[in-house]
Amino acid sequence: MTDKPDTALPGHATLPARPGRFAPALRRAFRPVAEARGFARAMLWTGAVLTGIFVLMALFAPWLSPYGFDQYQAAGVQFAQLAPPSAQHPLGTNVQSTDVLAQIIWGARTELMVVALALVFSLTIGVPLGLIAGYFGGPFDRLMVLVMDAMFAIPSLLLALVIAFLLGSSITSGIVVAACAITIVYVPQYFRVLRNHVTSVREEPYVEAARAIGAGPFTILGKYIFFNVIQTVPVLATLNAADAILTLTGLGFLGYGVQPSQGAEWGYDVSRAVGDAASGIWWTTLFPGLAIVLLVTGLTLLGEGLNEAINPVLRQRATTKLKMEDLE
Amino acid sequence: MPSKPDAMTDTLDAPGGTPAPDATGARPFISVKNLKTYFEIRGSVFDRLMGRDAGTVKAVDDVSFDLAKGEVLGLVGESGSGKSTLGRSLLGLVRATGGSAVFEGQEIVGLDERSLRRLRSRMQMVFQDPHAALNPAMTIAQSVGHPLKIHKRAKGAEDQRRQVVAALERVGLSPAETYMDKYPGDLSGGQKQRAVIARAVVLDPVLLVADEPVSMLDMSVRSKILQLMIDLKQKLGLTYLYITHDMATAKFFCDRIAILYLGRIVEIGEASALYAAPKHPYTQALLEAIPDPDPNHTLPRNLPRGEIPDAAKPPHGCAFHPRCPRAFAPCGWEIRDLTGLLEARWAGMAEADHQAERALIGTPKIPDGPEAASRLPAASGDGAALLALLEKIRAEDPAEPFWTGVKAMHAEAGHVTIDWHTPVTPRLIAGKGTAAACHLHDPALAAHLPKAADGA
Ligand SMILES: Nc1ncnc2c1ncn2[C@@H]1O[C@H](COP(=O)(O)OP(=O)(O)OP(=O)(O)O)[C@@H](O)[C@H]1O
Ligand code: SF4
Ligand SMILES: [Mg+2]
Repeated sequence: MTDKPDTALPGHATLPARPGRFAPALRRAFRPVAEARGFARAMLWTGAVLTGIFVLMALFAPWLSPYGFDQYQAAGVQFAQLAPPSAQHPLGTNVQSTDVLAQIIWGARTELMVVALALVFSLTIGVPLGLIAGYFGGPFDRLMVLVMDAMFAIPSLLLALVIAFLLGSSITSGIVVAACAITIVYVPQYFRVLRNHVTSVREEPYVEAARAIGAGPFTILGKYIFFNVIQTVPVLATLNAADAILTLTGLGFLGYGVQPSQGAEWGYDVSRAVGDAASGIWWTTLFPGLAIVLLVTGLTLLGEGLNEAINPVLRQRATTKLKMEDLE
Repeated sequence: MPSKPDAMTDTLDAPGGTPAPDATGARPFISVKNLKTYFEIRGSVFDRLMGRDAGTVKAVDDVSFDLAKGEVLGLVGESGSGKSTLGRSLLGLVRATGGSAVFEGQEIVGLDERSLRRLRSRMQMVFQDPHAALNPAMTIAQSVGHPLKIHKRAKGAEDQRRQVVAALERVGLSPAETYMDKYPGDLSGGQKQRAVIARAVVLDPVLLVADEPVSMLDMSVRSKILQLMIDLKQKLGLTYLYITHDMATAKFFCDRIAILYLGRIVEIGEASALYAAPKHPYTQALLEAIPDPDPNHTLPRNLPRGEIPDAAKPPHGCAFHPRCPRAFAPCGWEIRDLTGLLEARWAGMAEADHQAERALIGTPKIPDGPEAASRLPAASGDGAALLALLEKIRAEDPAEPFWTGVKAMHAEAGHVTIDWHTPVTPRLIAGKGTAAACHLHDPALAAHLPKAADGA
């Protein structure tokens, strides 16, 4: 950095906006990830590879998939219903005559799109609310804690169902509806973790030092608190993503998720195939089920690996008193 | 120094109980009068539902002093005496509950946050723990440069960098380039404290509150940091409020010293006078506790005779009286002192005797404030037997200062009533040398002085 001294110096902009200043701070915050060793490293890599496979599937679905997600014929010839795996259909076909492999690949796109959208929504709501409630405290904080705890107490699938049901009539995109339902479920978690972390970091002498040099509350939040609490978010986000896949497939299984006309969805596929296994048709449930399990496992391993890599450092630094139970 | 003559406040005219720092009559640079900072203790949810007050800690209680420009005032006291709170109240970092603190003609108490922020360029703070006082996510250059940015003192990144380099070099972090892009975690304790000082002086302040700036540093760097602070004071014309619990460094560093005990100044005066002829028994005890030649010994935080009392329920009268070897009638004796006395007595007794005495004595009600007479219940129901025991205890150690506060004891049905001398809260009394808040130096109370203590 010595050859580019200016990047290390704040200019006159009021809040961190230039990537030149943002990047080193973020790189520093996540340095422990690159330095992870042993078990944490193994978890991180296994999780990253598993998740990566699904991300690639999602990104390149149009090129990877042999057919469209709702395609039931090719060149005017109808696909066989419930056909076993063959050269034409490597993973067979299901009761709607669609290709199971195509369902898996396009499904990855649906699942990850919903989860990514939900992640963006819940971060943009949960993180600022947590920062503000944690830093300013007072009646707003008490109200938010009450509301969020109440939401947290409702079983997540039930909450998601209600939201999906309520929004389903007014929003046409099934992906957005599902993302909103999942957002409502996970906002309280980001809020709780951020808010608790901020209330402890707020008492750090460097925050008082920032007040002593005349920094206003939003400067303190942006420059002194944000970068010291943000390390917990990736861990939480990946673990939540794993959980969100389960919620989303649960919604799909119950018929309230992404509708079959709008995209392939593994939970829905499983729900349509539950009866098949009894008659010896194993491919229609096994492959979507396996996809769910593998993606959830991948994300969980990634999240736990990040947790292992980042949190020992957090515990060492006297500056952070993160409670582990907040991450659960 | 740009002063603000237009912001004259009427509080300045009030004489108050403060001894003037110098006899020239010049308007003091900083004038603190009857400053109070109280903290409400948050009780449990249950307490709050019941409307019960969990109590108030009077961290700073009725403190007055003046500070002349270029002066170094030491604030000395044990842990919990309110030194940090006083310094933070002066900078407006905690809201004072009452009183006044005038800085360059500007009243700090009750000032809104925005005006306070503007004032922060004139008054700065150095913290006890340099590691915790620096943002771990900012480089040294960012930390030291941030005040410039907040107060718009730099014309562009180049100018800011130049000023940061100058500040770092000024505090002995040179060449500055080696430190600028480092994070606090990469520096040693002494270097971090230098960076904290650089951040404090980068805006060219006039007042520096230094809260135990060397107490967390290695012995080897302490004197270097203190020397740096002395150099900076001369070069930059700084005024210091130097907070410490260490009488030895205070002597070497301060022009004047204020001794704090449970939120009050108990003695204040020129350092030379205070060390030569300390008036307050607490100051005397602090001075006796200075370990002489061995620099590896720090001041024992607990003085002889008892612990620091609970700040939420300070002793009545003179707060120091339960620990004071020379306390006498008006010092504020109360029923809690009897409990303390009995605990101390029983600690040195055989178990059987101890149990026999304990069986006679019931649990007294602790009042919220001073009371003229207290009831000590007799556990056996026999007031006369209890009185006999108390008389026996008194006869065994008549020199115990507690008994000077007891006017009379009467046996009644089921309890003993103890009449107390009226407690008097000591005020700072100026005299030759220092001003002390101790009844021993109050001519009006001389009549109460016991003969034995008189000659001291
Ligand atoms: N924010 C706060 N809320 C409640 N009580 C507080 C707060 N800050 C300080 N106190 C109380 O005020 C009293 C004085 O504290 P303060 O930190 O000023 O003492 P100190 O002399 O600086 O002690 P030390 O030498 O340990 O730093 C203590 O009893 C402390 O518990
Ligand atoms: S007033 Fe003086 S003598 Fe009395 S207790 Fe206080 S310090 Fe001791
Ligand atoms: Mg302190």
